[in-house]
Amino acid sequence: MRPAEDTAADTAAAGAGQAVSTTRAGASDERAARARPPVLVAGLVVTIALLALVAMASVALGARSVSFSTVIDAFLAPNGSNDHTVIRELRVPRTLLGLGVGATLGLAGALMQSLTRNPLADPGLLGVNEGAALGVTLALGVFGLSDPTVYIWFAFGGAALASAIVYALASANRSGSSPVRLALAGVAFGMVCTAVASAILRMDSQTFDRMRFWLAGSLAGQTADTLVRLAPFMVAGLVLGLMLARPLNTLALGDDAGKALGVAVNRTRILTGVAVTLLCGAATAAAGPLWFVGLIVPHAVRALVGPDQRWVLPYSALAAPVLLLGADVAGRLIARPGEVQVGIVWAIVGAPIFILLARRKRVAAL
Amino acid sequence: MRDAPAGGSLNVRLGPWSVRLAPRALLVSLLLLLAGLLVTVAALSTGEFTVPVPDIIGALFGQGTPVAELIVGKLRAPRVVTGLLVGAAFGMGGAIFQSLTRNPLGSPDFIGFTAGASTGGIIAVVAGGSALTIAGGALAGCVVTAVLVYALAYRGGVQGYRLVLVGIGANALLLAVNSYILTRANINDAATAGAWLTGSLSGRGWEHARPVALALLVLLPLCAYISRPMRMIEMGDDAAKAMGVRVEAVRAAAIAAGVLLTGVATAAAGPVIFVAMAAPQLARRLTRSPGVTLASSALMGAVLLTAADLAAQRLLAPTQLPVGVLTAAIGGTYLVLLLRKDRH
Repeated sequence: MRPAEDTAADTAAAGAGQAVSTTRAGASDERAARARPPVLVAGLVVTIALLALVAMASVALGARSVSFSTVIDAFLAPNGSNDHTVIRELRVPRTLLGLGVGATLGLAGALMQSLTRNPLADPGLLGVNEGAALGVTLALGVFGLSDPTVYIWFAFGGAALASAIVYALASANRSGSSPVRLALAGVAFGMVCTAVASAILRMDSQTFDRMRFWLAGSLAGQTADTLVRLAPFMVAGLVLGLMLARPLNTLALGDDAGKALGVAVNRTRILTGVAVTLLCGAATAAAGPLWFVGLIVPHAVRALVGPDQRWVLPYSALAAPVLLLGADVAGRLIARPGEVQVGIVWAIVGAPIFILLARRKRVAAL
Repeated sequence: MRDAPAGGSLNVRLGPWSVRLAPRALLVSLLLLLAGLLVTVAALSTGEFTVPVPDIIGALFGQGTPVAELIVGKLRAPRVVTGLLVGAAFGMGGAIFQSLTRNPLGSPDFIGFTAGASTGGIIAVVAGGSALTIAGGALAGCVVTAVLVYALAYRGGVQGYRLVLVGIGANALLLAVNSYILTRANINDAATAGAWLTGSLSGRGWEHARPVALALLVLLPLCAYISRPMRMIEMGDDAAKAMGVRVEAVRAAAIAAGVLLTGVATAAAGPVIFVAMAAPQLARRLTRSPGVTLASSALMGAVLLTAADLAAQRLLAPTQLPVGVLTAAIGGTYLVLLLRKDRH
């Protein structure tokens, strides 16, 4: 609109944000200093224990009431009864899917927030998941490719394209990309992708029927076979992402300081982009475009463990599936005998938290 | 056009009164009016049953053959007029929010208002409401959302960026509520609601056009009155306050006007997205004005929506696309255009 004033306003906001973030960073450094590594390791163990607990709940609870002893029998002595089939062929794959998708989205969000130094970065909010979803819709609806190892490449393509376009959109004005610009560009591009995807689906009612729950974000409806085919991509993304903690820590000091300290700035950026693409593409191919998982978990994690990415990244990857599976279990229980898709539960819980974050005096830069 | 400087204006004085005229903006407005007229004539005349252009006037005023009167007067004219009015309302609503948020993407489509109208609309659809109830539901949904977003974004004043962020949160929440309603509704209601959600002008009659016309009549003077102070607020709250603008009052009035425009437009045609985003910026590029302008945005919105609707009817004839599909395509193209470095 009015670039000059816009620039001025943005710079002013950024300046104030920096001032705030310096004090914030100081505070969280203190907190991190207090939270010694042994405490943080213990925290990781607690998180893993929680994860195991939620995973058990996810196997045991659902629209169909199954007694706990039956659940144990289903693993130890499967007898092919309906209850056992439900547990072994529906709930276990679904739980594993939730673990994988939660871990990938949590890590992807943490990586994006660190890379863009934008506290509002989230794979769903910035349109990356929607881009991946459009890729999957094209593959399934237009080209009729139903093999997950094939259509996941469409998801990667969509995710990569979306990241590039949204980032370019947000920094199209010379003032660079502020958190608000990036968020708006992401939402706008995401809505274009969603509109195109639903136009494609409207032409083909069979595909529409198959995909409408996936489009709302759902952990149900994927077979164990799909999961096995998608898992290697998730693991690759997780490993690559976790390896980037150290260079990202250094880059947080700024590009110049990072260079001076021996970090290959561009290589780190590109590798982070590749990791984000792998993580978001695989998660979306598996569970549809999910919002806010990657936004809220890293925020909460940073408040607990401080700004060190070596802790933020693994904590995010472990805490996100706890919350995602928790939301999925809640979605199965609140609307029995039907269920609410996990994407809907997350948006309804996550949006108010997002609004609370946005209401803070300044959206503190990272 | 060389003699009109970029965004240039002339001050015309007559005694104590003065009017600021921007020749280029006036010229662009005239051209947009002409384009709107051409699209209207094309929409009235072409289709499965062609009515020759000279017969249109006769058919409109009851002088033509009965068939032409039915097709032009009863079927095509209400649809075109609804399209023009809805497009104008979306264009102006979009311009208001882009000015308030100082961002070319700060359109009601993305900050929850259109989504709120959709929620109201599909609740009415699922409850089995009539066309009037659905329209009322959409308007109510839009207004309730706006009140909530405004209240949540209020911290001793509503800064543009907080409005955007709170709106984006509300948008996500409402989209989730919408898909929840769609997955819970029975299949017939879900299909009807899904069709309404795409936004369409098909089957629109005078009863759809009238409320939008009324809203435009009431809100146009208000918008004209606040357009100058809004321009000042774009320069920052402090600068505007220093020039004697009552910032919060103007902003509240602007939000109210923008929400009502978006609400009645959505009530008439469903949530047609991207018109509110693209129209003000396209108009601004044509007029080369430094900020978005309300009048040219409204005209551009009217032209865009009717042209998109015409294309939606004729491109794949006899298959009729909903206009929302076309405007989504326009939105995508426009975003790519926006990628080019903004030199203005």
